[in-house]
Amino acid sequence: MQRHLFSFPRLSARLLHVWRRNGLVWRKLAIPSMLGNLADPMLYMLGLGYGLGAMVPEVRGMSYVAFLAAGTVCSSTMNTASFEAMYSGFSRMHVQKTWEAILNAPVTLDDVVLGEAVWAASKALLSGTAVLAVAAALGLAQSPLALWLLPVVFVTGLAFAGLGLVITALSPGYDFFMYYFTLVVTPMMLVCGVFFPREQLPLWLQQFGAFLPLTHAVALARPLMNDTLPADIGPHVLVLVGYAVVACYAAVVLARRRLLN
Amino acid sequence: MRQLDVRGLRKRYGDLEVLAGIDLEIEQGECFGLLGPNGAGKTTTLRLCLGLTDPDGGDITMLGHPVPAQARAARARIGVVPQMDNLDPDFTVRENLLVYARYFGLRPRDMAQRLPALLDFAGLAGRADTKIQTLSGGMKRRLTLARALVNDPDVIFLDEPTTGLDPQARHVIWERLRQLLNQGKTIVLTTHFMDEAERLCHRIAIMDRGRIIAQGTPRELIERHIEPQVVEVYGDGADAWVRSHRDALAQRCETSGETVFCYAADATGLVQALDRQNTVRYLHRPANLEDVFLKLTGRELRD
Repeated sequence: MQRHLFSFPRLSARLLHVWRRNGLVWRKLAIPSMLGNLADPMLYMLGLGYGLGAMVPEVRGMSYVAFLAAGTVCSSTMNTASFEAMYSGFSRMHVQKTWEAILNAPVTLDDVVLGEAVWAASKALLSGTAVLAVAAALGLAQSPLALWLLPVVFVTGLAFAGLGLVITALSPGYDFFMYYFTLVVTPMMLVCGVFFPREQLPLWLQQFGAFLPLTHAVALARPLMNDTLPADIGPHVLVLVGYAVVACYAAVVLARRRLLN
Repeated sequence: MRQLDVRGLRKRYGDLEVLAGIDLEIEQGECFGLLGPNGAGKTTTLRLCLGLTDPDGGDITMLGHPVPAQARAARARIGVVPQMDNLDPDFTVRENLLVYARYFGLRPRDMAQRLPALLDFAGLAGRADTKIQTLSGGMKRRLTLARALVNDPDVIFLDEPTTGLDPQARHVIWERLRQLLNQGKTIVLTTHFMDEAERLCHRIAIMDRGRIIAQGTPRELIERHIEPQVVEVYGDGADAWVRSHRDALAQRCETSGETVFCYAADATGLVQALDRQNTVRYLHRPANLEDVFLKLTGRELRD
């Protein structure tokens, strides 16, 4: 296996078979799944946005709820992609042996892992879009520029799907995912500018946060939702795309190591 | 026509040599059985032939394709029934077949035409919309077999196809496999059940510790490796009784648990002696594949 372990995954339309399989399952539970994905971010956005917002005059020239809305789109994208890639991905890989069944057909493990990544990113896109739609309905995103959030959300979803699949490929069981959520996802919620401007943080934490993907997603999403072109678009996009590519590549390599030996 | 050709296949995991040079030649229309104790390398051999793991040495040609280089092309014409059922629990019977066919690039429209025949084959014609969780073990196995046929494969791999099934369900699977052989399909199966191998397989390879230690038709293996008659002696004092008579009456005896297995070219004398006493009981039968298997791989447990 050494020969192939690190080779770059080959993209094939076959990943759509895997995507489609997950889509068919999702369709059966679409309504409860959507509500579940939407309820949590909505509660935070509206509860904190209006509750806390009443005490906060303005943040960066916008109401606090508008400030929070952009952060919520991004954090909800991160959460959905992570959950899908880890809990659901692990079920399909390890518990139900769905991947094993697919691999007996003329589909490769690269196809399966990348199909899972694109699927999780698609689900993240759906949930980010739902939050965005609610925000727009509340008058919190009226600029056409906000439509640019869709590609931003998708790439962000792909980055977190890749990271989640890395953890899945390493995980001995479901308990392992708690570490990732406690040590990676939750801290990102706090240092990446979701709830408050990153400038409030000590300098070293700001510098640390600059390496995290969620920071760059928020940095793009917030101006776009408020009718402004973001500063430094190139670097932000590059970081997000970089995370997506490297994480998906790492996930494929680790999955090969786990399953093809 | 040669369907599978394996030469000098080797695989090691760390210090453990799982396959130490395997040669196999399997022809079209054959049912070939891989037998061996746990850990003999049967499942590893199947995985390597499917191109799911790279070998450390040797060559595999599957349906004319070198594996693993062209494993995907080979797998397009293979059906696999894995050891553990991995049907999709989120789907119904019908959806399991339709979704699986998609992995082979088959169009749903073409597949819809073949679906009734596959459901019939699985004996699940009335249950197309049933959820997987409500199926019995035998139904799941039959559906897994039908799923392995969605691409109308030339070769079907079955890894312990009847493990965990009740006798009725096993007989149904055997009958289905014979139907497939009659259609000219090639079958490669692993099993722990000697009666299954003896009944279904044209040829058998017995594996142990990563090597093939015997190969041939069931009849050849029995003729070549074991005395034709077996007398099983059991009950209190069986061991002592046999010990006092063995030299005169049996070629070879083995004790396993409370039973003594006596092997002989002609067991008439032994049976007559047994008839004259009434302390121990016995069973006189022709030698079978299980006797060969136990002689070649030993009686100690393999965990």
